Amino acid sequence: MTGLEDLYREIILDHYRSPRNRGELPAPPARRVEGFNPLCGDEVVVYVQVEDGNVTDLRFSGQGCSISQSSASLMSAAVKGKPVDQVRDLIRTFKAMMSVHEASLGDGDGRHPGGPASNGAGPDGSGDDALVVDPDALGELAALQGVVKFPVRIKCATLSWNTLAQGLDEAETGSPGS
Amino acid sequence: MTAPPGRAGTAPAPARPTTASRGGAEHPRHLDVDAIKKDFPILARTVHGRRLVYLDSAASSQRPQQVLDAMDDYYRTTHANVHRGVYALAEEADRLYETARLTVGRFIGAPDPEHEVIFTKNATEAVNLAAAAWGRANLHRGDAVLLTDMEHHSNLVPWLMLAEEHGVELRWLGVDDDYRLDLSDIERLVDGVKLVACTSMSNVLGTVPPFSHIAEVAHRAGALVLADGAQSVPHVRTDVGELGADFLAFSAHKMLGPTGIGVLWARRELLEEMPAFLGGGGMIRDVRHDGFSPNLLPWKFEAGTPPIAEAVGLGAAIGYLEGIGLDAVHDHEMALTAYAQRTLHERFGDDLRIFGPPGTDQRGGVLSLAFRDVHPHDLAQVLDQAGVCIRAGHHCAKPLMRRLGVNATARASVYLYNDESDVDALADALAEAGSLFGSP
Repeated sequence: MTGLEDLYREIILDHYRSPRNRGELPAPPARRVEGFNPLCGDEVVVYVQVEDGNVTDLRFSGQGCSISQSSASLMSAAVKGKPVDQVRDLIRTFKAMMSVHEASLGDGDGRHPGGPASNGAGPDGSGDDALVVDPDALGELAALQGVVKFPVRIKCATLSWNTLAQGLDEAETGSPGS
Repeated sequence: MTAPPGRAGTAPAPARPTTASRGGAEHPRHLDVDAIKKDFPILARTVHGRRLVYLDSAASSQRPQQVLDAMDDYYRTTHANVHRGVYALAEEADRLYETARLTVGRFIGAPDPEHEVIFTKNATEAVNLAAAAWGRANLHRGDAVLLTDMEHHSNLVPWLMLAEEHGVELRWLGVDDDYRLDLSDIERLVDGVKLVACTSMSNVLGTVPPFSHIAEVAHRAGALVLADGAQSVPHVRTDVGELGADFLAFSAHKMLGPTGIGVLWARRELLEEMPAFLGGGGMIRDVRHDGFSPNLLPWKFEAGTPPIAEAVGLGAAIGYLEGIGLDAVHDHEMALTAYAQRTLHERFGDDLRIFGPPGTDQRGGVLSLAFRDVHPHDLAQVLDQAGVCIRAGHHCAKPLMRRLGVNATARASVYLYNDESDVDALADALAEAGSLFGSP
C-alpha cells in the first residue's frame, strides 16, 4: 500500500475521527458560508466570527471524505483566536502547499499509455512556485502535505480553506452572509 | 465480425461462451472469462504494482483488441471524409460508416436502420438532440414531461433547460424503498404529458424499470417515450419494438466501443417531422442567402464530419458482443452480481449496505455501496492502491442521491471481462479500507 500512508497520516485520521470545532455558530454575528465540491458532492459550512480583526471563533459542519473533514478540523484549530491577517497568510501558505506540484504530477505509476514514462517529477522535487512553503511553519497542517501526491484529492483538502477565505472577504466587505 | 466488411479475418473471433448449460442466474451459460480477458490488452497492465481489477464499466468499459484493430485498420488503410467523395478511398469510408449504422440498427431491432440511426457524440448529446429538436418544436409553455428520480443528469438537465426556457412542466416518478420506480401514481402523473423520459437501467442502483409497461401506459395517455439506454444497451439484449420506446439514446464507450460516438434512435416519422439540431456541412440539401433546406435522414442530424473511425469501432464492438451473445453476457453478469452480493454480505454483514434491489431480478450488474461510515472517496482511494477501480461520487444523479439521503456512493460495476476473482479483490480491498478507517 505504498503512498497511502502519505495521504492518511495518523493526525489526519485522528482529526477525521474526532473533529475539532465541529458545530455551528449563531449567524449573525458569525458569518455562515457554504462550500461545495461539485466533483464529489461534498459540502462544508464554515461559521466564522470576526471581532476587532481577530477570528474569535470558528465552527464547521457538512459532509465529506476524511481529507475534507480533517482539513476543516485542522484549519479550525489553526486559525481560532488568530488575527485575520495571520489567518489570510496561513490560507495562502496552505493553498501554496496544495498547489506546488499540481501541474507536474503524473499518475501514481508514472506511466502513460503510448507515451514515454514520466520523469517522475514527484512531490519532493523543488517547486517553482513563487511562494516557498516551509512545512515547519504549518505545524500539524503539514500532515496534509501528502495530499498533493493525489491530485484528485487536492480539492477535498482546500474546500474548507476556500470557504473560510470567502467568509473573511464577506466579513470585510459586509456583503452577503449575515 | 461485422466491421470492417470485406476485411474479414483481420481479427480473431471473440471467445465464445460454452452453451452446455442453459438456465437461470444460478446456472448461467458459462463465459470463458479467461479467454475474454485476453482479448482486452489493458487488463494485462498493473496499477501500483497490482493486477488491474476494473470494476467501473458503468462509467466506461474497456475495449477488446478486435475493436482496436478495426479502428487502427480503418485509419491505416481507408480513411477519407465521408459523403461526396468520388474516389475509391472515400467510397470505402462511406460504406464502412453506413455499414456501421446498419449494424447498430440491427443490434437494437430498429425497423428502418438506414434512416433511424443517428450518430451523435455520446448518449448525452443524443438526449440533447431529442430535447432540442423534438422538444423545442413540440413542447410549449404548460406542456409536461414526466421524468424519474433515478435519472442521470444527461436525461435531466436537457429537460430542465426546456423547463427554464419554455416553461415546460416537469413531473417526477419517485423511487420506492426497494430501489424501484414507484409506479403507484403513474396513471395520474402521465395524464396530459407529452413525453416520458426514463432510464432503462439506473446507473446508480442497477434497477431495470419495467420499461415496456411504462411505455404502454404512456402511449395510452398519448405521450411519447424516450429511453436512456446508456446502461442497458451494453448489457441487455435490446429491441426498440419490445421496449416500446420512441427514442433511444446510448453511448459506444460503455459497450466496448470508442469514446466520441453515441446513438440516437427514433421512429422515422418523428425524425422526419423534427427540425434539424446542429447546423453545418452534411446536414443540408441546399443553402441560400435566405435560408437552407435540411438533408434527408439520417444526415439531417449529423452536421460536420462525423466520428467515422468511431463508427467502425462501434460496429466492431457490436460484432464482438454478438459473437458472445448478449444473453450470455447478461447471465454472466447476474451470476457475478449474485456472487458479489453473497460475498460482501458474508464478509461484512451489516457493515456494508447496497443501494439497489436485492437479488438479480430486474437489475443489472451495478452495485452502489456504503461501507461503515467510510466516505466513498476514501474507499475508492484505498481500493485504487489495491488495483481495484471503482467510482465514488454522486454518479451524475444528484436528485437520486438526495432521495437516498447520501452525498455519494462507491459504485462497483461488472461486465463480461470480470470474474469472481475481481469480486474477491474488491472484498479484500474493502477489508483493508475497513482496518485503515476502523472506528477509534
